[in-house]
Amino acid sequence: MKKFKENLSERIFLLIALSALSVLALITVFIFIHGLPIITKVGIFNFVFGMKWAPSQGAYGIFPMIVGSVSVTLGAAILGVPVAICCSIFLTEFAPSMLRNIFRPAIQLLAGIPSVVFGFWGVLYIVPLIRNYLGGPGLSILAGSIILAIMILPTIISISEVSLLALPQQYREGAFALGLTHWQTIYYLLLPAAKSGIVAAIILGLGRAIGETMAVIMVLGNAVAIPQSILDPARTLTTNIGIEMGYATGEHQQALFATGIVLFIIIMILNASAQYITRKK
Amino acid sequence: MKINPRTSQKIAKFVIWSAALLVIAILLAIISDILLKGIPTISWQFLSEIPRNMGRSGGISSSIVGTLLLTVVAVIIATPFGIGTAVYLTEYTRESKITRMIRFSAESLAGIPSIVFGLFGFIFFVTYLQMGWSILSGGLTMAIMILPTIIRTSEEAIRTVPNLYREVGFSLGATKWQTITKTVFPSALPGIANGIILSIGRCVSETAAVILTAGSALRMPTSLFSPTRTMAVHFYILAREGLSTENAYGTAALLLILIFLINVVFNMLVNRFVSKGR
Amino acid sequence: MRPTIVNLKAKNRKIGVLRVIFLLLTVSLMTACSRTTGTGIILAGSTSVQPYAEILAEEYMILYPDAEIDIQGGGSAAGITAAQSGTADIGMSSRALKTEEKSLWFVEIARDGLAVIVNPDNPVQNLTLNQLRDIYATAITDWSPMGGSTAKIHVITREEGSGTRSAFTELVMGKTEINPKAIVQDSNGAVLQLVKDDPNAIGYISLGLVNENVRALHLEGVAATRENVLNGSYNLTRPFLFVASSQPTGIAKQFIDFTISPQGQTILSSEGLIPPTEGTTK
Repeated sequence: MKKFKENLSERIFLLIALSALSVLALITVFIFIHGLPIITKVGIFNFVFGMKWAPSQGAYGIFPMIVGSVSVTLGAAILGVPVAICCSIFLTEFAPSMLRNIFRPAIQLLAGIPSVVFGFWGVLYIVPLIRNYLGGPGLSILAGSIILAIMILPTIISISEVSLLALPQQYREGAFALGLTHWQTIYYLLLPAAKSGIVAAIILGLGRAIGETMAVIMVLGNAVAIPQSILDPARTLTTNIGIEMGYATGEHQQALFATGIVLFIIIMILNASAQYITRKK
Repeated sequence: MKINPRTSQKIAKFVIWSAALLVIAILLAIISDILLKGIPTISWQFLSEIPRNMGRSGGISSSIVGTLLLTVVAVIIATPFGIGTAVYLTEYTRESKITRMIRFSAESLAGIPSIVFGLFGFIFFVTYLQMGWSILSGGLTMAIMILPTIIRTSEEAIRTVPNLYREVGFSLGATKWQTITKTVFPSALPGIANGIILSIGRCVSETAAVILTAGSALRMPTSLFSPTRTMAVHFYILAREGLSTENAYGTAALLLILIFLINVVFNMLVNRFVSKGR
Repeated sequence: MRPTIVNLKAKNRKIGVLRVIFLLLTVSLMTACSRTTGTGIILAGSTSVQPYAEILAEEYMILYPDAEIDIQGGGSAAGITAAQSGTADIGMSSRALKTEEKSLWFVEIARDGLAVIVNPDNPVQNLTLNQLRDIYATAITDWSPMGGSTAKIHVITREEGSGTRSAFTELVMGKTEINPKAIVQDSNGAVLQLVKDDPNAIGYISLGLVNENVRALHLEGVAATRENVLNGSYNLTRPFLFVASSQPTGIAKQFIDFTISPQGQTILSSEGLIPPTEGTTK
């Protein structure tokens, strides 16, 4: 009887696992099936590097959107990573425990704010600031980078914090014994030791930035041309899908799925890199 | 130019504290703006009436109900499948290339932008299966979206349970099933619950995938096949169209409070469960 | 170790959860076909038509409390597609049907003017159609040729699937493309907000939505008012259509009848729309 129950429970779990995994496989296959025809028709090179996106004329080049995604993500990284790393150092090294118990939940709270709220706040406050003091329409890569930087802070901070906390206390004690200042310990010892974890955190943050849609639709301006400066409006791979998926049919729809494939591949590369870096340690 | 280590220490401390204060300032700026301008709009009328005149007047009761239904559908479907898959992967299989591949796939799928899921849900559920814009279409899409996250966090939580627990169970003559449910599972519960809370938060905040699967109808949903406008979608539409700044802020404030409550309540429940089990 | 009864309970609980899910899905599948049992219809499409459809639906549901009418945005192209595929019972369009769409059933429920708006602080009052086209093609890049400042023009347009954009392209741009550098926003309201805040912006929206926060430009010397649309001197207008894959029946038919009835038309006129041109039903 016991053996039977054992087998039954194993079978049930197998069934559950198989159905879940097949659903996930289904969606991957679905996206690839719907996207590949247009890539084979237009040619992978023309699709990825094509400069013109004009579905009504049959032009399906996503390069402007790639530039948009990359610029906005890079901008978010430049603005966000230094702040995030400083904050994780703050949490592990400088904050008294009372502050730590306030700061950490505060970061969780920041992580919980919906992206549409970030976009709204960005349109209300960041976009006019850029328009009035730096020029341009305000809807710009700069605005997108600022908002995205804020949005990826929690991801980078929490994972970096884990890496720093995982370092054995001996590192710090040994350094103090040698007479190094706190900052010297951090800069020359702790950060390099936690490097792989921090880099993985950054990569995951970048993945989050590339995937963001709503906040970006609201502050980036969605122009289909390649931006020439950070004050220019732009469109990302995700916002392109978001804006056009309601009405895209036929080849246009396939092109959106193909954009989804590109995003899939980008995320997989990022994840593989993050895993590789953490495993190398 | 060699900087005195003491000076560099001072500068570093200043920079790091500034960074932390900057982040707090930004958080406060956003939250206080939403709450200060939004809470005055929240009244019993706001919570109990449906939107009228495109949302310019009336309340958001239909959105609240729609959001709850959508989240419930998504979580009820995804959680058993997610946890079950995680249990199977960790307890019933040995570490191999296949399990590593599955783990990598789940990890990647957890990072796929939600708009891609929305595109899939719109084409597959709404159009192809003719389910139309409905809570079911939205809920199923969200379930698929949160499934990888639940699998991943559950798997990690179960894996970190020390093997000692399992060995003790077996040495006492327990079956695998008993060991899993009585020892491993309760131990892994905080991690699993964390994944579920994250997913609930994602369902409540999600806009891009929801607007084209669950729709944006203002009526109170009458069944799972009714379209609905979740709070996040309603906020987005109100804010974009400039229909009613007050109601937009009110919706956003309610959304923030809801997310905050979910986090707090769930954390409390988990702590209670864990300490009871001890 | 606990006795076997407790373990059985645990397993039953798990199976019980699965059963509940199955039950939920079946129940919902059975009870919830209000779409096909005819007590509910869905309209989808143009974000320009949407507010007016909402008002009509509100009125209709007051008169007939059992009716369930749901309105969805998405843009004219989305609405036409949804009507074709059956995802929506009625599609809403703010532009005339294209040749390849002519097989659809349609009715014109109103006409709407297209207003070109600028910020109230912008000194420019009037544009010729040629100037407007050049601005959107980015052949003119700053406001000075029209009497404004030397600041660069921030051109705002709608997304490609928008009926408003199609109408604008047809009536103003002709064969000239709208420059890809133009900022794209996905609704009338979003364009309105942008022009309200940016002194150098220009955009086009539904005439009925112009409010005191923006100013509608005169085109070729003609003011953008409802009267001028009615008397034909302001000719930037487009039809509002309800489309369907085939002649509507049931609630869809009743709602459409309500819309073109005198009662429905009064509602639309009071909201700033113009009555449809004669004889435009299929």
